[in-house]
Amino acid sequence: MRRLLPLLALLPALAGCSGIQTPLDAWGIQAARVATLSHVLFWGGAVIFLITMGFLTLAILAPHGVRRAMASHRFVIGAGILFPVTVLTTLLVYSLGLSRALTMPMSEEPLRIEIIGRQYWWEMRYLDLGEGAVTANALHLPRGREVELHLTSGDVIHSVWVPNLHGKMDMIPGRVNRQRLRADRVGTLRGQCTEFCGLQHTLMAFDVVVQEPEEFDAWIARQRAPVPEPQTDELRRGMQVFGEAGCGACHAVRGTPWNARIAPDLSRVGSRATLAAGALPNTHGNLAGWIAAPQDIKPGNAMPAYARSLEGSDLLALASWLESLR
Amino acid sequence: MSDLPNTLPRPPEELGRLTNAWAFPRGFSVITEVNNNLIGPLFVATALVFLLLAGLLGVLIRLQLAVPGLTILDPDTYNQVFTTHGTIMMFLFSVPVVEAVGIALLPAMLGAREMPMPRLGAYAYWIYLIGGTAFFCSLFFGAAPDGGWFMYPPLTGKAHSPGINTDMYLLGIGFIEISAIAGAIELITGILRCRAPGMTLGRMPIFGWAMLVFAGMVIFAFPAVIVASTLLELERAFDWPFFIPERGGDPLLWQHLFWFFGHPEVYIIFLPAAGMVSMIVPAMARAPLLAHSLVVLALVATAFLSFGLWVHHMYTTGIPGLSLAFFASAGFVVSIPSGLQVFAWIGTLASGKKVQIATPTLFIFGFLFIFSLGGLTGVMVSVTPFDWQAHDTYFIVAHLHYVLIGGMVFPVLAALYYWAPCVGAPLSERLGKWVFGLLFLGVNLTFFPMHFAGFMGMPRRIYTYPAGMGLEIPNMLSTIGALIALAGGLLLFFDLLRNFRPQNGGGNHWGAGTLEWLPNYNYGPRSLPAAHSRYPLWDRPGLADEVEAGGHYLPSTITGLREGLVVSPSEGTPQYVAVLPGPSWAHLVAAVGTAGFFLVLTVEWVVPAAAFAALALAAFIRWLWTGTDYGVIGSGQGHIGGGIVLPTYVTGPMATSWWAMSALMLVMGSAYACLIGSYLYLWLVNGDGMWPPAGMGLPLLEWGGAALLLYLGGGAVMLLAGAMLRRRGVLPFWGMPLALLLFGAGYFADYSALWGAGLRPSQHAYSAACYAMFFWQGVHIAVAFIMALYTQARSWAGMIDGTRRLTFDNTMLFWLYTAGQGAVGIVLLHGFPRLL
Repeated sequence: MRRLLPLLALLPALAGCSGIQTPLDAWGIQAARVATLSHVLFWGGAVIFLITMGFLTLAILAPHGVRRAMASHRFVIGAGILFPVTVLTTLLVYSLGLSRALTMPMSEEPLRIEIIGRQYWWEMRYLDLGEGAVTANALHLPRGREVELHLTSGDVIHSVWVPNLHGKMDMIPGRVNRQRLRADRVGTLRGQCTEFCGLQHTLMAFDVVVQEPEEFDAWIARQRAPVPEPQTDELRRGMQVFGEAGCGACHAVRGTPWNARIAPDLSRVGSRATLAAGALPNTHGNLAGWIAAPQDIKPGNAMPAYARSLEGSDLLALASWLESLR
Repeated sequence: MSDLPNTLPRPPEELGRLTNAWAFPRGFSVITEVNNNLIGPLFVATALVFLLLAGLLGVLIRLQLAVPGLTILDPDTYNQVFTTHGTIMMFLFSVPVVEAVGIALLPAMLGAREMPMPRLGAYAYWIYLIGGTAFFCSLFFGAAPDGGWFMYPPLTGKAHSPGINTDMYLLGIGFIEISAIAGAIELITGILRCRAPGMTLGRMPIFGWAMLVFAGMVIFAFPAVIVASTLLELERAFDWPFFIPERGGDPLLWQHLFWFFGHPEVYIIFLPAAGMVSMIVPAMARAPLLAHSLVVLALVATAFLSFGLWVHHMYTTGIPGLSLAFFASAGFVVSIPSGLQVFAWIGTLASGKKVQIATPTLFIFGFLFIFSLGGLTGVMVSVTPFDWQAHDTYFIVAHLHYVLIGGMVFPVLAALYYWAPCVGAPLSERLGKWVFGLLFLGVNLTFFPMHFAGFMGMPRRIYTYPAGMGLEIPNMLSTIGALIALAGGLLLFFDLLRNFRPQNGGGNHWGAGTLEWLPNYNYGPRSLPAAHSRYPLWDRPGLADEVEAGGHYLPSTITGLREGLVVSPSEGTPQYVAVLPGPSWAHLVAAVGTAGFFLVLTVEWVVPAAAFAALALAAFIRWLWTGTDYGVIGSGQGHIGGGIVLPTYVTGPMATSWWAMSALMLVMGSAYACLIGSYLYLWLVNGDGMWPPAGMGLPLLEWGGAALLLYLGGGAVMLLAGAMLRRRGVLPFWGMPLALLLFGAGYFADYSALWGAGLRPSQHAYSAACYAMFFWQGVHIAVAFIMALYTQARSWAGMIDGTRRLTFDNTMLFWLYTAGQGAVGIVLLHGFPRLL
């Protein structure tokens, strides 16, 4: 338990803002439809519940005449069969129509994005945007454009949930599930894994960044380009440490010899808002802390700790270099 | 009193004979007793202890989640705690407790002396107690399962869960399911055959119906999870890739099998509770249940529909829209029978003069409140697009606890307060009202805010959550609610410990109309009343006195042993007097052996496991040898009153053992159907071209054909031996040896067909599926062998002849089933891929 104490320090780190992970604040057309449906169900359910409890009260407290009327087959059949059949038939027609509308494609050429769930992080690959259009733990979306998510898993079952955009869809090894959605508002949302996937299922979230289309294009272009040459001694040292410490055996950085896919792509890690799949805000200190002691922050994740093998100054240089990759 | 079947007064020595036959062993040996009046309450008490333990785990979860970022439990422990909480609640509390209430009350309620197979019931209890305790204790060693009670592979596969935690679930829980199935078989036989004379199915109390439907559902649902657990354990232990996509397996196969069990499970838990409510409401309202027949119909309809709902748990797995529409509609339809029952209860409450307001009534009101809410959110989550958002969030946690606590815990607590005076001393009304108040408040405060937490973005099974998302308030409320509910639970235990004492006799505490309120003893009622209506005690006010005086049927014992009256299943016409087994160590030792075998296997100690298996086998044989198939005792018949003379030994389809064996065949049949389903599902996933995949052959036809003929020959030999036994009165000397030889050769041919074709189980899901069916058949062949050898031994001991042939009949039924199953398997493995 003691090694978890650092978690406490991260508390503010875990903080998000209200409304960035809820089905009730729809940022896209799919979520908006389900939100409407939800309100119909909540209020309809509340009314039916109150009616039922009203009947129960009457059955015990009402005057003799009312109770006698309720003590009949007519009452049981009316309230217990006819009424639910009517309500449920209406609901069925409405909900089947809605399901159809939700699964109908809206455009011929959606932007295709592959998301691969792994214990405990996410890999995003933009399938139509050329070589190197890859990122991790941050889903960038152009506003107003329909996207088709291709969801799969590299190990166990995960599930993607960005409630402000759409319901969840599972990532199952050996299968590819597709989900279409459209974000209509610019800003940052939060998504999270919703299928229990092991020890750190809790700390498997990601940021969803909705951008104006031109900003999105610029982001993709930068994402695909090789990372800039380090400009200062410290940054050069940081890049060197990256190689010496063997980070490249698991991580990729575009424009360098390191292109492994075992762990998150770090090409533009400095531009991300959070680290370790939404576990920490991305600051210089957190970055260094994560490299030094990832098993204290997120026990059971695949990243080894470097607190012992790296000198303090090297650790900071490495963090600085990674932070400079924007 | 001239219309009584037996003249009064009764001879004075009669009661002594009855009391002697049914006396409990003294001192410590009382644990060898099998009487339902002892096992039933013990069973209930044990289940309640598991409720408390799992409830404490729930409180631990709530403490960890009280505010963001707590570290009361580390992630690993947290995962074990929530997995164990769910698993214990489902497997060690919910199902056992309703089965326990059934065993405790049904004989009395149906006007019978005892269940038809008391040792089986006791065995089911003891393996549950031993296995359940060991399972709970695994938490203290960090060896408790940690993959969720639903255990989805690949997370629970060897690659991602190498520890024994998963095996603890697969084996530890797997064999507790044997207890549930054993109980279900006993309940079906008991409800259909052991009732008061004249109690037709139409007059049978609703709780009897509910338990009958419950047991039927257990028989069809539990085999699915047993098959699923077996497949996963085979994959983990021997690398047979059923769920590994790289080798043709599919993780979703597990989900289909698991939820084919898991969804009916919800109704398996709810229906008996609904049955209890249907007993308590009329008693408290002093009026017959309104729309009795519709309520029965609702129970049966729910059972059927519930098997079409399993995909409700898989809406987000990417299943095609059309099937989703089908399952969504089925989800709507299943809510109608539940709604119907709710209004039948409300109508019944309205039909009496005045409703008695006591603790049981309060729990019924609480049930109606909580369950209605849970039912409504249930309709919501069966709406597919809504579920895409709600699935695996705290909204579902709220929903399922409303349904299960409302639909099952509250009725069980109502039942506890209602029936306590029936089997012992009443509980305290004053404390009971406090228990109700605390639980009602606590449960609602715990779970209502979770609806909001879910829609504010809180997924399930997380050990903490970010601050600032608006989750702090609902979580804090839930934790406070959990503590209030805990106080209620502890007060309940205090009340039980202080006030409850089992005792015989007892009066009609609530003025109810059904037979369990007759004075009841070890031997049940003094004499067995004829039931002429649904509420005999209301319609014949002198019934209790008549029964107590011995004026009704079977006022004593014919053979001097424990006896039960067996009636025809639908009309309740008396058919024979069955001699019942009494106390024994055999079933106890068998329970220890069974539990030991599975638990030791978890840690892969093969030799001790084999020793436990041998112990269990020896105990089973002793149990059967001494406790079953007594043959004709004395004159073989006796008067039960009213001029009716009944035999005390029958064989063939009239015997209860025939019914139990038929129920067992249904269990085995549905398990095999699940295996066939798995085979076909894997074919569907792989496609025609990959079945078998390139480079792998089909099983060899010539060996398969030989196996088919040998299996059928083995069955035919058994039939022939049976015919000879009937005609000549002795078992032909060649019968068992020849049958054994044919089955042995058949199984070898079965094996050669697969092995000779070069198939190896770990190559691909295709070969694994073939070997799974082969393995399954092997288990049956092994049991069939033991049964045949046992039958042969009984024959040599002179315990089988033309009249005394229960043992042979049972062996024959099992044998025929095994032959048929083998034939079906061969037709599938050889025929199906060739037809593609």
